[in-house]
Amino acid sequence: MSAAAAPAHVAPGPDAPKVVTVDHLAMAFGARTLFRDVSFEVRAGEVFVILGGSGCGKSTLLKLMIGLFPPTAGTIEVLGNDIVTASGDARERMLKRIGVMWQSGALFGSMTLLENIMLPLEAHTKMPEEARREAARIKLGMVGLGDASNRLPAEISGGMAKRAGIARAMALDPPLLFLDEPSAGLDPITSAGLDKLIQDLARDLGTTFIVVTHELQSILAIGDRCIMLDKDAQGMIATGNPRELRDTATHPVVRAFFRREAM
Amino acid sequence: MTAETLPAPAPSLTQDGTRLVFAGRLDAAAAASLWRPAKAAAEAASAPLELDLSAVEVLDTNGATLLLRAGGEAPRTTGASPAVAAVLARAVAAAAAPGPAGGKRRRFSPLAMIGAAAFGIGDKAAGWVAFLGEAAVTIGAYAVRPRGVRFGDLMRHLDEAGTRAFGLCILLGSLLGVILAFQSSIPMRQFGAEIFIPKLVGISLLRELGPLMAAIILAGRTGSAYAAELGTMTVNEEVDALKIMGIDPMRMLVLPRLLAGTLVMPVLALLLTLAGLIGMGAVMVGLGFPPTATMNQLSSSLTLGDMIGGLGKAACFGLAIAGIGCRSGLSAGRGPQAVGDAATGAVVGGIVSIVVLDGIFAVLFFRLGW
Ligand SMILES: Nc1ncnc2c1ncn2[C@@H]1O[C@H](COP(=O)(O)OP(=O)(O)OP(=O)(O)O)[C@@H](O)[C@H]1O
Ligand SMILES: [Mg+2]
Repeated sequence: MSAAAAPAHVAPGPDAPKVVTVDHLAMAFGARTLFRDVSFEVRAGEVFVILGGSGCGKSTLLKLMIGLFPPTAGTIEVLGNDIVTASGDARERMLKRIGVMWQSGALFGSMTLLENIMLPLEAHTKMPEEARREAARIKLGMVGLGDASNRLPAEISGGMAKRAGIARAMALDPPLLFLDEPSAGLDPITSAGLDKLIQDLARDLGTTFIVVTHELQSILAIGDRCIMLDKDAQGMIATGNPRELRDTATHPVVRAFFRREAM
Repeated sequence: MTAETLPAPAPSLTQDGTRLVFAGRLDAAAAASLWRPAKAAAEAASAPLELDLSAVEVLDTNGATLLLRAGGEAPRTTGASPAVAAVLARAVAAAAAPGPAGGKRRRFSPLAMIGAAAFGIGDKAAGWVAFLGEAAVTIGAYAVRPRGVRFGDLMRHLDEAGTRAFGLCILLGSLLGVILAFQSSIPMRQFGAEIFIPKLVGISLLRELGPLMAAIILAGRTGSAYAAELGTMTVNEEVDALKIMGIDPMRMLVLPRLLAGTLVMPVLALLLTLAGLIGMGAVMVGLGFPPTATMNQLSSSLTLGDMIGGLGKAACFGLAIAGIGCRSGLSAGRGPQAVGDAATGAVVGGIVSIVVLDGIFAVLFFRLGW
């Protein structure tokens, strides 16, 4: 593959435009506070990783960033729009430019994988049917599911559903992709292939990735920057480059995470 | 060169002999607008065309489909920037990935469906026999040693299938009584026999319509709910999880529902019948017969046997509806559609089984002379 001709993915500098800005965000479900004061920004072309223990609110943070429900306090700006107040056309235009891979896959059960991926193309582009089919086939090929395109979601394995979910998130080639635990449940080879795909897309298309993951290997391989949430601290306990955090972190939870130690 | 900050140069395509010159930003929009010309150029050419990509500023995967259409599976290109070449190379590799193996989507074919249904009957019957056997064993074991049904569960099911349906039963029962009384008053008046309306309506309600209407209510409200609940549990692999934990789904899930269905039905049928009799009584008052006359007629014609027959029938209907609901749920396939199918199957199966059972009871009662 001639992709080697292109330079490896390099983290964008601090002058790259901001794609997501989260400011003093707080979130609670009823009396249950998940986090109180979370602020960070994500720059174009960056692979941004959200870390944290199970149940600390990573998926919730992701859902807040795509405007699924409003936060308790704080503001979230995505692709230049306030996601909380955006409505109508502005919201529609913004949603077209983000892709989301859900933790559960969330594939439509009555459609084949190919049709699942053709759906956003049909809804948002004027591509003719033949072109949509071809584009969807390429997306499935990119995640290694070319041979499963005619199957229904109920007929594939959990790891395959994850990969199909990623392919669907990429359907419109959005500049901003949210992935909720993309490599959970995948074997190390497939998982490494996915990491490579993420890095390639970030490099070649300038796609920005916001990824929730627990996979230490993949965090260290792809993460340009990360934040770590913690249930007990009800907020962020670390932010920075994951390789630097591994070597320099002093917070006990962060150290335990990167060194795979029990607390 | 983030895709984000660049202004979008309009995509364009020009043909220069055997070369196609692409320019601008090639994305989904370009794939939409340039698809026809690219396809036409590719089909008109005798050999694969060469693609000049030196003026392409941005290429994404959807744009790459356009290049594959124009230049074939492995397009010859010139002048592509490293990023453009990388995107194209990845698309080429992905497109060359092996296509779907086997597992072809089933097409709509009525003949094949009839065949499959015919062959499926055997499997279905076997499944039913197995279910009935298991249910009988479970019920038998429970009858011998009534343990293993959690009281709270049973109460919840009794409440959901029973008390919550009381309002509906009263409403439908009283309307049914009114309707029956009015309808029968027309022919009865011709013979001056309006005084016998309570007899007619009373017996039809108690022996036939009360249990039947209550059963239809139960099939619609509860049978479908059982199928959807157990179907969702099956689809979510919760039933498998129970089995793996060594908990018998029959005992834990099916038995309390069977008990609830069997126990609530006589109550619902009785309630419906009483409401119907009151509705009929109201019509009789309107026709000029005082309540005492109606009561006399009723007490002289309705026997305890009628009531036991009707309510016993109702209990059997309840058992059948709950059983069919549970069985539909537990045999659900995979995916959300399976839950819908299970609920439909429960209602249709429930209503059909009631009518069939009712026929059997009619013959039985006739033979016994009840
Ligand atoms: N819609 C909701 N209503 C109420 N509580 C919720 C809701 N969604 C999530 N929660 C709660 O918020 C907490 C965080 O959930 P979240 O799904 O964000 O965790 P997570 O960090 O993604 O965990 P995991 O790594 O296990 O996926 C959980 O305790 C969950 O029960
Ligand atoms: Mg989560």
